[in-house]
Amino acid sequence: MDFFAQLPALPVVVPFVAAPLALLMPPGRMPWLWATLVSWVSFGLSLLLLEQVWINGPITYAMGGWAAPLGIIYYIDLANALVLSLVTGIAAVVFPYAYNSVRDEINHSQTPGFYTALLLCLAGLTGVTMTGDAFNVFVFLEVSSLATYTLVAMGAGRDRRALTAAFNYLVMGTIGATFFVIGIGLLYQATGTLNMLDLHERLAGQDNRLVKAAFAFIITGLGLKLAMLPLHLWLPPAYTYAPSAITAFLAATATKVAVYIMLRFLFTVFGFDFPFLRVALDFFLVLGIAGMFIASLAAVFQDDVKMLLAYSSVAQIGYMLLGISLGTVDGVAASLIHVVNHAFIKAALFMAVGIVVLRLGSHQLRAFQGLATRMPWTSWGIVVAGLSLVGVPATVGFVSKYALLSAVFAKGGTMEIIAGFLILASSLLAVVYMMRIIKVMLEPVPTEGPFARNIAAPPLMMRLMLWIMVGANIYFGLQAQPVIAIAQKAAATLLGVDSGEAF
Amino acid sequence: MWDFILERYNYWVVIMLMMIGLYIVISRGNLVKTLVGLNLFQTSVFVFYISMARIAGGTAPIYTKADYKARLKEGLPQEQITHISYTGNAGHHGEAGYGAYEEEAKSGYDAANGAGHEEAGGESGSLHDGDAVPSNDLSSMMGEQGSTEVAAQQPMPELHDMPNMDPEAISAPMGMDMAASASSLPVSDNIAYETLPNVIPSNVGDVIYSNPLPHVLILTAIVVGVATTAVGLALAVRIREAYGTIEEDELEAADNIAEFGRPQTKAAGSVG
Repeated sequence: MDFFAQLPALPVVVPFVAAPLALLMPPGRMPWLWATLVSWVSFGLSLLLLEQVWINGPITYAMGGWAAPLGIIYYIDLANALVLSLVTGIAAVVFPYAYNSVRDEINHSQTPGFYTALLLCLAGLTGVTMTGDAFNVFVFLEVSSLATYTLVAMGAGRDRRALTAAFNYLVMGTIGATFFVIGIGLLYQATGTLNMLDLHERLAGQDNRLVKAAFAFIITGLGLKLAMLPLHLWLPPAYTYAPSAITAFLAATATKVAVYIMLRFLFTVFGFDFPFLRVALDFFLVLGIAGMFIASLAAVFQDDVKMLLAYSSVAQIGYMLLGISLGTVDGVAASLIHVVNHAFIKAALFMAVGIVVLRLGSHQLRAFQGLATRMPWTSWGIVVAGLSLVGVPATVGFVSKYALLSAVFAKGGTMEIIAGFLILASSLLAVVYMMRIIKVMLEPVPTEGPFARNIAAPPLMMRLMLWIMVGANIYFGLQAQPVIAIAQKAAATLLGVDSGEAF
Repeated sequence: MWDFILERYNYWVVIMLMMIGLYIVISRGNLVKTLVGLNLFQTSVFVFYISMARIAGGTAPIYTKADYKARLKEGLPQEQITHISYTGNAGHHGEAGYGAYEEEAKSGYDAANGAGHEEAGGESGSLHDGDAVPSNDLSSMMGEQGSTEVAAQQPMPELHDMPNMDPEAISAPMGMDMAASASSLPVSDNIAYETLPNVIPSNVGDVIYSNPLPHVLILTAIVVGVATTAVGLALAVRIREAYGTIEEDELEAADNIAEFGRPQTKAAGSVG
């Protein structure tokens, strides 16, 4: 069998097949090693795929050999390949990191189940990214979501509130998924197909209430999954009480995949032929700006660092929506760039918090007192990733803010100019909440209270993985061109504009 | 007006179930009741998909020996036979079983849904044109015009409410769907049919098939729904173990007491 012919299926199939095997292993180190190995293999495959797509253009793979409109196809262009590499790349760094953290936070006998759920989550996320079939998206979304609910609930060993957080996440996530299925059903009724490219062709020129209703259901459903502002209530508690490694993984991947699939539906399935799209994009502009401010303000007043960073994640979704709402190649590219860069930032920050939780047993802001002297490496990690979140030059945060601002000003309408200044203003809020953390870290080590004990140095593996992620923040901040080039080309493909070979 | 509403009774069932389910999810504080509401909500979607694919008088899309033989007598080549068996594929619904309307609706249906019947008589050349376009009952209901009467007068009835649509462009790929389905399914194996029992006794030329795809899809969705309910109930059990209650108000109060020492600190009700 030709390896390259089957390549598009492998990033999904490998973790899917590997997941149940992890369940059969004895608790402890084995399932972790297995999951890590699988994540590395998946990452390698994804990079190969990205290279193939970059050189040869979009790949269409018929799953099981069933031809296009009836069978399920995987359609991989640069947008998927980029998000796919991101998801598997984050997995390849977070899975090795997870070992010590999981040993501390998860019941020993549950570790095989934990890594099984983690691999299923990875398989679901890669599946959503790669599939070209609208209903298949739902199935993979639910595969990853069900795994996610379980993983969030596993934080119950440390804090029982993980259970209620997981339950609320389950209710909201299921409502979102069901809305999405209703939308798919309406689309099927209007067109008689589920294939995304086919859908686009047959939706061309259709502008009746059936299609509008389908659009509204799909966007609302995906809005719930990606924590668009008024639908974000599940996210902060779920991220706060989940096990540290899970928070790092989810914050960097789950909402990002949802943003990708939103882009896919907005532009590949509906496209600009669909007049209602403009209305939705204007709506996104308002929601994006509201998200940037309301969630950032909420973040400023949090006393729990994970909660603070979770609200910051909701705010960052606002930037991505703002980029999408411009409806230009630059805007969508900026959105994709921020998807990648924010994943690096939040993964690094949550990994650093995970190290603090491992040694001090808390993610309250008080636990960070004197961290600069206690854990200098981890503290520097938080500082660099925090600066990146704010958007300081030479970090990835700067690259995405710069791309977003230039896209906004290139569009040039009055609303857009105002939005541009609001982006700058909301970045100041990011300065405020990151400074709160950094200020506490610089305070002297507490001499009394629950955190006044001597702590051992964090495990080398965790620090190493943290610094790989922090390094990515700096490296891609300085070498921004590859990501920008891919994102530009991907955005051009998504919007159906021929970008030429300029990049 | 009433006819119009009654004809779409399946959608009213769906909408009512959906709203009841959603209301229960939002208004009930008991976690198990929330899950019950969630299940109702999901069930409405199952009903929606299933009724969407239902065709008046249609049967399960199983290709029988009698069916095969009857069409063979009409002298159609093999590929067209398998082809025709899917002509009901447009998700036609609505007309199923409301007494007085049935006769009238059925005649409208024959013309409107393009033709499982007439095509079976042999004019398979035009097969791709009328039937393959999916039924647009709902969209015609929602669009400006579009009753079955209007539809019945037009050769390509489903298209009238899709402005700017080129019928050829739409139906040609759809026709290919059908051909692809026919050729990729194992039904073209003649020998297998000889051994099949005779399920549909007479009048086989007129057999209409319901669209199987939404049913298959919803089987998947049901599995997902069962899994979600299982995970949700498992969480409810764990919550009861950890808190001793599954009432949302009490859970929130317990969390607030643990954190702030008093039951009420912030506004209650963050569950969507």
